[in-house]
Amino acid sequence: MMDAATRPARLPDRLPNRAGLGLKPEHYGHVLEHRPDIGFFEVHAENYMGAGGPPHRYLESVAKLYPLSLHGVGLSIGAARPLDRVHLSRLRTLVERYKPQSFSEHLAWSTHDTGFLNDLLPLPYTDETLARVIDHVDEAQQAIGQRLLLENPSTYVLFEDSTIDEIDFLEEIAARTGCGLLLDVNNVMVSSVNHRLDPHTYMDRFPVGRIGEIHLAGYDETVDGAGERLLIDAHGSPVKADVMALYEHALARTGPVPTLIEWDNDVPDFATLQAEAVRAEARIAREAGRRNRQTRAA
Amino acid sequence: MGLAASQEDFAQALLHAERPMPAGITTARGQADAARFAVYRNNVHVGLTKALAQRFPVTEQLVGAAFFTAMARLYAQDNKPASPRIIDYGDDFPAFIAAFEPAAELAYLADVASLEAAWTRAYHAADAGLLDLSVLAAVAPDALPNLRLAAHPSAALIRSPHPVGSIWGAHQSATVPPMEAWDAETVLVVRPDMHVNVHIIPAQDGIFAQALFGGAPLGEAAEAAFAHEPAFDFGAALVGLHALGAFAGIHQGDVP
Repeated sequence: MMDAATRPARLPDRLPNRAGLGLKPEHYGHVLEHRPDIGFFEVHAENYMGAGGPPHRYLESVAKLYPLSLHGVGLSIGAARPLDRVHLSRLRTLVERYKPQSFSEHLAWSTHDTGFLNDLLPLPYTDETLARVIDHVDEAQQAIGQRLLLENPSTYVLFEDSTIDEIDFLEEIAARTGCGLLLDVNNVMVSSVNHRLDPHTYMDRFPVGRIGEIHLAGYDETVDGAGERLLIDAHGSPVKADVMALYEHALARTGPVPTLIEWDNDVPDFATLQAEAVRAEARIAREAGRRNRQTRAA
Repeated sequence: MGLAASQEDFAQALLHAERPMPAGITTARGQADAARFAVYRNNVHVGLTKALAQRFPVTEQLVGAAFFTAMARLYAQDNKPASPRIIDYGDDFPAFIAAFEPAAELAYLADVASLEAAWTRAYHAADAGLLDLSVLAAVAPDALPNLRLAAHPSAALIRSPHPVGSIWGAHQSATVPPMEAWDAETVLVVRPDMHVNVHIIPAQDGIFAQALFGGAPLGEAAEAAFAHEPAFDFGAALVGLHALGAFAGIHQGDVP
C-alpha cells in the first residue's frame, strides 16, 4: 500500500500503464481512508452531472490522489442527429473542473425524440455513418478541449448496409480526427463470438498505436433464436479466462497500457475489485519485463 | 434507408415490443434474429427499471420487488429519461404512482415516492452555505416582515395526509418497526452539508416554510401559518427551520 506521504505531489498528465478501477459510491469511504495502491480511477461522466453534493466532494478528493479517467456513456456519437450541445457543455464543465488524464466515449448512439434510450446502440458501418461520426468526434474534441478515446462496441446484431469493416472504420475515424482508441477486450470477445469472427485476428489487426486505454470486464452467456452462443456485455462478474488470454495476446502487441476493470452491476466489495486489478496488473508487469529483457538482449 | 430513418426505425422497434424488428439488421448466418434484438430491448427496460429501484428503495419495499418492477416498466414504457443525465430520471414517477390504479389502495405510496425523489434531488443539489443569523438579527424589527429568505438549494417539503416521514424512517433499518400512529405529516428534506436529512416538522412550520420557499416575505408566511394554527410560534419556527439548514441566506435586494 502506498504511503500518502511518499505519493508524488503532482499527478502525471496521462494515465499510468497500470490497472485502474471504476470508482463506485459504495467505495468512496474505503478509497479515501485506505488509499489503496490502484493505478487510476474511472468514473462515468453522467453520474457527476449534478450541481453539487457528495459525489463531487468525493471525486474532488479522489482526483487529488489518483489519475482520473472520465468515461462518457451518453454523448451518442453514432447518432444521425446532431450532438446535444447542452450535454457537451456539461462534459466540458467536468473536464475543466477535474482535469482528467483521459476522456473516452463510445462508438454507439442512444438518443431519440422520446428521450435518452439508456443503452449503447449499434450503427451500420458505411460512408454515411463514417462521415457523421468523424464530424461528431471533431465537434466533441473541440467542445471539451481534449483528445477523446473512442471505444469499440459490443454488438448483438449486424447491419445489411455495412460496407466497412469495424477496424477500418475505427482507424479511419482516428486518422481523420486525431482521436485515440479505447480497446475494450471484452467487447472484442463478445462481438467476435456473436458474429462468428476470430477475436485474435481482430486483435492482430487493431491499430495499436492509437490505443490510449484498455477495458476488461466479465460477460454473460446465453443463446440466440437459432441456439447459437450469444455473449452479453454485462459488467457484473470477474473477467473470464478467454478474455484474459485475449488481453495477454493484445498486450504482446500494445505493450503496457492503462487497463480498467469494469464492474458496474452487482458491485462487489473493494477487495474483490482490487484482486481483479492485481490480476490485470500482473500481466502488464510481465509484458513490461518481457520487453525489458528484449531490449537488454538487443 | 438513410441513417436518420434507420435509427428512427430501430428506436421504434426498441420501444414497442409488438412492432417487428427494424429493417436491415442481420446476423453472421444472414438472418435477423429476434432473440438478439431483444437484448437491446431488455437492456433499455432493465436499465431504466433498475435506475428507478435505486432511487425509490422504500417504495419498492412497500409494494414488493415484483409489483415495483411491473409498475416501473409501465412508467418507463412512456417515460424515457429527458437527457443522458440519468440522475434526474424518475422526477415525475411519484405523479405516475399517484395515478396508477393498481396501487390506489396504498394511498400513501406516491407521497413516500415524493420523499425519495426529494432525497436524491437534495443529494445532487448545489452546495450552499447557511443563513447567518447575525445578519437577520441586524435587520430593523419593522423591516423584518418584508424580508424574504432564500431556500437552501437542497431543501424540499412534502406535506402529506399520511405519516410519510415515519414510514420512510421505519424502512431505514433492517427490521421495520410497526407504526404507532397514523397521522398527517410534513417532512423537510435538506442537505446542509454532506448528509441528506429527513425531518418531520410541525404542520404550521411546514406552511410557513413552504410560503418562504415560494418567495413570500416573512410577514406573509407567518400569517399563513397563523391562519392554520393560532398557536404558531414565529420565533421558534424560524430558528428551528434555520437550525435544520432550510435557508441559504437573505434574498438579494432585501438586505438593508
